[in-house]
Amino acid sequence: MGIHMLKTPLDGLHRKLGARMVEFAGYEMPLQYAGIMAEHNACREGAALFDVSHMGQVEIADARGFEALVPGDITGLKAGRQRYTLLLNAQGGIIDDLMVANLGTHLQAVLNAGRKDVDVAHMRAHGLAVTTHFDRALLALQGPKAAALFPEGAALKFMDAAAVSVEGIPCVVTRSGYTGEDGFEIGCPGEAGERLAEILLARGAVPAGLGARDSLRLEAGLPLYGNDIGEATSPVAAGLNFALSKKRLAAADFLGAAAVNTALAEGTAEKLVGIRLDGRAPARAHAEIRHQGARVGEITSGVFSPTLNAPIALGYVRADLASPGTALELIVRDKPLPGTVTALPFVPHNYVR
Amino acid sequence: MAQVYYSKDHEWVSIGADGLATVGITDHAQAALGDIVFVELPEPGRNVAKAEAVAVVESVKAASDVYAPLAGTVAEANQAIVDEPGLVNTGAEGAAWFFKLRLADPASVSTLLDRAAYDEFLGTLA
Repeated sequence: MGIHMLKTPLDGLHRKLGARMVEFAGYEMPLQYAGIMAEHNACREGAALFDVSHMGQVEIADARGFEALVPGDITGLKAGRQRYTLLLNAQGGIIDDLMVANLGTHLQAVLNAGRKDVDVAHMRAHGLAVTTHFDRALLALQGPKAAALFPEGAALKFMDAAAVSVEGIPCVVTRSGYTGEDGFEIGCPGEAGERLAEILLARGAVPAGLGARDSLRLEAGLPLYGNDIGEATSPVAAGLNFALSKKRLAAADFLGAAAVNTALAEGTAEKLVGIRLDGRAPARAHAEIRHQGARVGEITSGVFSPTLNAPIALGYVRADLASPGTALELIVRDKPLPGTVTALPFVPHNYVR
Repeated sequence: MAQVYYSKDHEWVSIGADGLATVGITDHAQAALGDIVFVELPEPGRNVAKAEAVAVVESVKAASDVYAPLAGTVAEANQAIVDEPGLVNTGAEGAAWFFKLRLADPASVSTLLDRAAYDEFLGTLA
């Protein structure tokens, strides 16, 4: 790996734990420790700990100014609450998808690692003051036993946010994640990151890497920026209508509103769907999707689901073929593999509301 | 014990008393791949060239080709690893062999590495 690679504040801990490191969004990140399957199952059955410090934590004071760049209701977001939203471009394409929390005095947004510089430049270009805290650590504690290991967050419900102290470390906690399980995302000063991780591991969390994070989020039907969504993707095509506030759509007062309203009124040519394959061979990103022999789309993410013991994928298909139950063929090594459009998520979410 | 040979593509080759070359992937290869969830093997009767992609292993995250370490004709494929791909993780250099080849040229094994040379090669990869 090149000398220009960025490291998170937990880099030393990853190496101590024997992680296999890979490049992701310019960072050296742990792909796995014990193995993707074991880490995946630890998250579905117990509690797994992920280092997501590569994501960009930023502070925004002007909720109204931020709201002009996203289709979600931000000024209506109560203190102590978090929401999933999208930075959109003028064409209604997705610049990034992110979580934004109202921490009372300001908003905190968590940006995708590979997009944080683009996002900040975009927001600043629109006159928004953004304070970056890219040196902070961010840990995701995920799984049905996460709450038992983290009593500091027990009072929070799904998508709540609060400042808490963890054995003296000042943290910003949200009850949310990217696995479909109950859990927390816990931000703290970078220099305290390793100590916070050691505390959570000592309580019984299992270290998990990007490999398990990807298989977990795919089972949960959650898109990955850069794979499943991008600047040319309409949120309507990506099935992210839940992130479009009715009030904001009616007011059409955000960047890209006209395009989003048009996409809602007229529909999009393609839609993102979940696909379950019949056999055991996975179809990966960029595999061609056919219907009755004709090309109708492309896979954007594919993985072998440890929970379902079967391959699953996300991909865009012609909108008239997006209904669950539609039979498709996925082309893998020049052979058509049968698959079926499946309602998302593949594995039910397990949030504490 | 039959002599075992190795390729730089991380396959092992063992020549049996019947002259057939049993081919599998090395323990190093299975560890690098991680949890193996799918194996595709060549059909018996297929003629394969040296370095031709003849089998596929898929882990949770990625697919990898397995190459024919030598030219020959596929005599047998190990259905057990198709039925239970995880065997490759637990028995890569034993029960989880991939296929058997009738070598086009039995003397061609001399182009492969012995264990010491393979271990030395692994050392250069670190």
